[in-house]
Amino acid sequence: MSRRFPLSGLAIATTTLLAAGQACAQPEQVALTMYYPVSVGGALTEVIDELVADFETEHPGISVEAIYAGNYDDTRVRAMSAIEANDAPQLSVLFSIDLYELLEQDAIVAFDEVIESDEEREWLDSFYPGLMENGQLDGQTYGIPFQRSTIVLYWNKDAFEAAGLDPETPPENWQEMAEMAATVREASGGEQWGVMVPSTGYPYWMFQAFAFQNGHRLMSEDGTEVYFDDPAAIEALEYWVSLSGEHQAMPDGTIEWGTLRQNFIEQSTAMMWHTTGNLTAVRNEADFDFGVAMLPMNTQRGSPTGGGNFYLFKGSSDEEQRAAVTFIRWMTGPERAAAWSIETGYMGVSPAAYETDALREYVETFPPAAVARDQLEHGTAELSTYQGGRVRRALDNAVQAALTGQMSPEEALNQAQAEADTALRRYARSR
Amino acid sequence: MQLYGALLLLPAAVLLATFAYLPTVATLINSLFVPGFRGQPAEFVGLENYALLINDATFWKVARNNLVYALGTIPASIVLALCMALFVNGRLPGRGLVRMAYFTPTILPMIAAANIWMFFYAPQIGLFNKLLGALGFSGINWLGDPGVALGSVIVMSVWKEAGFFMIFYLAALQGIAPELKEASDLEGTSRWSFFWRVTFPLLMPTTLFVLINALINAVRVVDHLFILTKGGPNNATNLLLYYVYENAFSFFDRTYAATITVVILLVLAVVATLKFAILDRRTHYQ
Repeated sequence: MSRRFPLSGLAIATTTLLAAGQACAQPEQVALTMYYPVSVGGALTEVIDELVADFETEHPGISVEAIYAGNYDDTRVRAMSAIEANDAPQLSVLFSIDLYELLEQDAIVAFDEVIESDEEREWLDSFYPGLMENGQLDGQTYGIPFQRSTIVLYWNKDAFEAAGLDPETPPENWQEMAEMAATVREASGGEQWGVMVPSTGYPYWMFQAFAFQNGHRLMSEDGTEVYFDDPAAIEALEYWVSLSGEHQAMPDGTIEWGTLRQNFIEQSTAMMWHTTGNLTAVRNEADFDFGVAMLPMNTQRGSPTGGGNFYLFKGSSDEEQRAAVTFIRWMTGPERAAAWSIETGYMGVSPAAYETDALREYVETFPPAAVARDQLEHGTAELSTYQGGRVRRALDNAVQAALTGQMSPEEALNQAQAEADTALRRYARSR
Repeated sequence: MQLYGALLLLPAAVLLATFAYLPTVATLINSLFVPGFRGQPAEFVGLENYALLINDATFWKVARNNLVYALGTIPASIVLALCMALFVNGRLPGRGLVRMAYFTPTILPMIAAANIWMFFYAPQIGLFNKLLGALGFSGINWLGDPGVALGSVIVMSVWKEAGFFMIFYLAALQGIAPELKEASDLEGTSRWSFFWRVTFPLLMPTTLFVLINALINAVRVVDHLFILTKGGPNNATNLLLYYVYENAFSFFDRTYAATITVVILLVLAVVATLKFAILDRRTHYQ
């Protein structure tokens, strides 16, 4: 005992000294925690870690613990569980469409309540309006765009050439896509599929693109009503199903979101619909010539936006909230947005990002990088309603039931409409 | 003296109460409410959630899936585990290596294993379809076809579980006294009847233990569904605990999730009672 005592005394002394030293060196250290998802390929956690380290060097008074938490759903669960355990993060990157549910859970605060200067108000206006659509409600801004995407068409130029198609011309409309896809399938002797549209993970998202291209929006502005059983929506789903049945250009059954990129890279499909967030990963891995185009149109062009926004959580001190805004402003600034876009393929979230030297040069040497931005003009908000989880799940099930031949598109969408109506009944009443 | 006994029980009682009884009671109470709007307090609705549950077609589908899953995984993984244990218990070259190979799936985290299997199952580029293709068959969309998807999940679970159960059987086999084998050899007993009359009855406590574990695993499976299928296509692979998770965290409907949990607990309680009433009496402990 007597021999151990001086040691522990020393330890206490050292700790006290260290603590005192830290307190002196950084008098106003603010510690932030944030959760973020990764839903595409590539080593994005490293990119985030680098960005955070750069930020901490520039702002020694703020430390940020960035925690990778899986896909969008997992990240929401992590953040919500942390809140429940009274250990709420100050900020997080969550699904842009989680807005209604985060509000229902009373978990987030509007940026308008935290920002102070006119300069900051200008910052709120600096993003593409199309990307703000899912983050705003009743004139308040709750979500700041970060890893945002649209769906784009990736096509394999070598495969097009081998099938006797013009490798530089992607399909313009639904009919062309079906025909080109069938041509590739035939020319390869059944070795290669023509087109794949993923139907696990986010089937409602892909379906929304089809529906919008057919001139139809699936939900009301205020998130209390959906229109899944509209003839235009049914026609859209019929077209999707016909790609495998009638045109023999897409495999039967559902197509897995997580392995689709690998399918494309191994050239087992000539075209795929996927998030632009995969662009850099595809570029790094593909050993053939590929192109990226806007999605084909039917009555109009269109793709829903997608991806993640920054949110501010309730329950943190004013000081922490200010620090969180500083961090978010830094992360979404033009230079960082440009770097992030180059590293991943996600969109530069503001026009200013595309005016930076870095992104301008990148787009010049690699034009596909601008497709997602150009498509934004034809963009629509992602499906987002009250009871969003249930509503999206109902639509996911309908899409999958139709694609696997369990139900006709009409039956499936009627059922999804009925389920969504049940989930939304009290919101429809409260209007 | 009674106080002394109570004190001895205290640590276990505290742990049990904190992690088993309190949550159970809280779940039971939660299932009688519906969540409030925008941070409002929850509202008491009595048995309304249970009425919803009875009319919830998805719940019944999920329950049926889970039954199929249990019937598919439990016997298969136990039989496989026993066979593997008997195999690696004998004298064979490279025994340590074979044992390790059998046990490896158990050490892999579920999520990692599921990610590997997702690529095994992938149509076109996946291992299984490549093999089928080499044999001249056209491929199967293992996880994307509602008729096959649950079977695919079951196969992966059996692969994951059997190695784990093998360890228990192996330990039990090595605990069987060699004199029994010597004696039966003197009697000229065939290998089959030795296994059936001596080894298997002596393994009964292990089988019971493994059976309970397998049953628990069949109910608590949730992690590989995240990776493999997310319960799809169209709920074809949705299982009870995943449905609870979906309700609690995707739909933010904690009270309905609590309702389903209560029902699961009730069913498990019935199963446990049956087990004590029937199986335990037939089990021979050394």
